[in-house]
Amino acid sequence: MASPTTSLTINGIQHDFVLDPRTSLLDLLREHLGLHGTKKGCNQGACGACTVLVDGKRINSCLTLAVMHGGARVTTIEGLAEGARPHPLQAAFIEHDAFQCGYCTPGQILSGVACLAEGHASAPEEIKAWMSGNICRCGAYAGIVAAIAEAAEKNRA
Amino acid sequence: MTPFSYEAAASAAEAIEKSLAGGRYIAGGTTLIDLMREEIERPERLIDINRLPLGGISEDAGGLIIGALARMAEVAAHPAAGRAQPLIVEALLEGASPQLRNMASIGGNLMQRVRCPYFRTLDAPCNKRTPGSGCAARGGFTRAHAILGTSEHCIATHPSDLAVALVALGGTIRTAGPRGSREFPLEELYRLPGDTPHLEHTLLPAELITAVKVPHGAYARRARYLKVRDRASYEFALVSVAAALDIADGRVRQARIAAGGIGTIPWRLRASEAALAGTVANETAWREAATLAVADARPLPGNEYKLVLLQRTIVRALELAGEIP
Repeated sequence: MASPTTSLTINGIQHDFVLDPRTSLLDLLREHLGLHGTKKGCNQGACGACTVLVDGKRINSCLTLAVMHGGARVTTIEGLAEGARPHPLQAAFIEHDAFQCGYCTPGQILSGVACLAEGHASAPEEIKAWMSGNICRCGAYAGIVAAIAEAAEKNRA
Repeated sequence: MTPFSYEAAASAAEAIEKSLAGGRYIAGGTTLIDLMREEIERPERLIDINRLPLGGISEDAGGLIIGALARMAEVAAHPAAGRAQPLIVEALLEGASPQLRNMASIGGNLMQRVRCPYFRTLDAPCNKRTPGSGCAARGGFTRAHAILGTSEHCIATHPSDLAVALVALGGTIRTAGPRGSREFPLEELYRLPGDTPHLEHTLLPAELITAVKVPHGAYARRARYLKVRDRASYEFALVSVAAALDIADGRVRQARIAAGGIGTIPWRLRASEAALAGTVANETAWREAATLAVADARPLPGNEYKLVLLQRTIVRALELAGEIP
């Protein structure tokens, strides 16, 4: 057997874990670190509520095992703000009322941050297609698209 | 999830040796972990192959070579893929979600299991999950099920968009296994359900897909993937068609067509292809080709609509491919 220790850098801080291999990355964040911002919606890769960034790329943290990510850098919603200053996309979500119940919001924001970084936010139609992995049962899509569009606009300015 | 042991392999040889001893490969995990959580899959030993040097995309005189561990998103964004094989890029981007495309490997995409809801429900009979238990889909809600390649034991469709595009383009897979390496057409990977729907592919025990090769073809440039589904994005196909055309002086020299959402395996439409060879490239020809596609179809109550939808999707996909300058 390989070393039983898995080391991950989460929101800039390195952590070492001894894990049951069944532990999903999502459960590691929520159950082992108490980072409850990342949400468990469907737990089957269909809703996007568990979206986090791993080495800068958005993934569904429910569909991957934590032990598969030794050495990775993980960013969750708790790691986006700089001190008291929200990330620009967090600010845009507030500005545009891009949520109602808020359960999907951390996943929407992480996915939106990646959507912007990938350059897939040049028009509302493109944003809709590239945000389709994040479901919002309150139907706040209009605000979500507007928030991402505004953040893209500010990035271009 | 049933308990399992986990090991990461450092080389293909090590992975194959561990798999021969009963280990199951895991790459992106987007299918396998989902099914393990439902306890539809219960491997006792997982071999993580993500650290093997099987990624990357390259080109040689014969075609585009895609490493089995390249991720869907990586291939879709690769300039060589877009230049040489736009159909592959289009099919990849029509599948899954951005998050899943960042995770899912090319090899895993080809090996993904069916999305039949009865396969994924433990209390429903399913010959694929539990051989001999019966098929709950027959007589069930068949709207999304196959009309070609079915048997009395299984009517589930193959879910991969990429596989449909690759079958149309004559893609091959390269594998490594206990008996060495080999390369064969992707079409030969998939088995019709017949009496043994639990046997889905022709890989040998411990055989590992290492790469996919897409040959350069005169038809690769005029090629489109059209996917018809209930949602504009992030949904499996009701019907999809990959169409590639080699046209010269207004005539079809060669057509390559495959369909998804309608077959138990990615479905190459050979009769339609043959009918198009040498014809004038116009709507009349597209319609005749589409008619031939459903000659052997056997719809069930609930999915008869696919007979018409498949033909219309073929016509439209051929039109779209033919419009490429």
